[in-house]
Amino acid sequence: MFITVINALNEGFLQTLKLFAVTLVGALPLGLVISFGSMCRFGPLRWLTRTLVWIVRGTPLMLQLIVIFYVPGFILPQNPWAVTDGRFWAAAVAFILNYACYFSEIFRGGVQGVPVGQQEAGQVLGMTRSQIFFKVTLLQMIKRIVPPMSNEIITLVKDTAIARMIAWQELIYAGYAFLKGSHGLAGLYWPLLFTGLYYLLFNGLLTLLFGWMEKKMSYFRS
Amino acid sequence: MEVLRVENIVKNFGRVEVLRGIDFSLQKGQVLSIIGSSGSGKTTLLRCLNFLETPQKGRIIVEGKTLFDAEDRQKMSDAAIRLNRLHFGLVFQQFNLFPQYTVKRNITLAEELLAKEKIKKEGSYNGHTTVRDALAAIDQKADRLLEEVGLTVKADSYPCQLSGGQQQRVAIARALAMEPDILCFDEPTSALDPELTGEVLRVIRELKDTGRTMIIVTHEIGFARDVSDTVMFMDGGVIAEMGPPEQVIENPQNPRTREFLSRFTER
Repeated sequence: MFITVINALNEGFLQTLKLFAVTLVGALPLGLVISFGSMCRFGPLRWLTRTLVWIVRGTPLMLQLIVIFYVPGFILPQNPWAVTDGRFWAAAVAFILNYACYFSEIFRGGVQGVPVGQQEAGQVLGMTRSQIFFKVTLLQMIKRIVPPMSNEIITLVKDTAIARMIAWQELIYAGYAFLKGSHGLAGLYWPLLFTGLYYLLFNGLLTLLFGWMEKKMSYFRS
Repeated sequence: MEVLRVENIVKNFGRVEVLRGIDFSLQKGQVLSIIGSSGSGKTTLLRCLNFLETPQKGRIIVEGKTLFDAEDRQKMSDAAIRLNRLHFGLVFQQFNLFPQYTVKRNITLAEELLAKEKIKKEGSYNGHTTVRDALAAIDQKADRLLEEVGLTVKADSYPCQLSGGQQQRVAIARALAMEPDILCFDEPTSALDPELTGEVLRVIRELKDTGRTMIIVTHEIGFARDVSDTVMFMDGGVIAEMGPPEQVIENPQNPRTREFLSRFTER
């Protein structure tokens, strides 16, 4: 029984990890693009991105997932998700869009949080815009965004469970399957306990990683 | 010899007229102090000279070369402004040191970037044809500047480990590293505890003795009287009175100057 459970949970965890990794890889750069849009001097673009962020942050991820998975099939001649791993890609799109909007606000806070005097000091020393960004402000921004980003990323690990809404078989899906089997009470607590442990351990690792990053940058104050 | 000429500088922020026609000139090696109440335009004038603000009207001429002319928009490209800035150095009220770098790196960073760029594009910088030689010279200069401001022992410290007075002295060394023609100070002691202002003012005095041309916006009237060749009193965006300190501070003619200065002598 133990081996069966662990094997099933490993399979589910692998899927959770896959969605987590793909979301991060997609949402980090997209978040940067959206944050630039929301700080753009060109009014209409700024207005458009801020509206997007408002809608995405203002509605549940679960609803966005359902809309992204089911609606295209109704309105397009061919359902784009009717491919191998279609459920995964639908989930990935919903997660990337959702998290990119949250990340963009964190990035914006990081950029606007660095005192304008830092940029001016670089300017009067004859530095170019890109030199000022890469040599002066970037590290100060990263230092500012690590704590809120670690929060968001830990939430992302747990939010991947929402993907089972569209029957994508991630970790909780795998643990929950034993409830409906013929394992009696043992099918209830063991799989659920282990499911929790998987999340806990993975988030423990992430917490250590972020703690290490914060410590690396604790030599300066900004 | 005239090093700076400022002609009819006008600066508005929206409908607010902050500078309403500023004209003055400065001789090489002279120290000009600018005094006046908050909102009189002192800091804005300094920021215009350092191209952090763009005036709507006027001209800025350094050593006979027109660096800024509001009529001539061609001179306003990013690259041109960037190089024009190097004629001026600016020491900020809030120091604005780069927190992630050591004291020494704060001093060398900007010139290293400039040297690398010049050697790549033009083949040489200050007579050095290799990056290595240029960096060695910059490093030596930083040591010399640190000695000048009395902070040799703090070379490897980070700004957050320094007192305000020490940070401001590093900021002065950092500005000097770019070898500006004119060094500007924007209320250099206003963010400091009273017991820390002395060390910063002493460094500025020593700079005067070595013949540096300086423009100092300050509220330290006593210091302005001692260190300046010329004192400018600004009021409502214009120069209300300007002349040697004995005249402007000891014997002001303009009633606004008198009123302003009386607030200092009362204390």
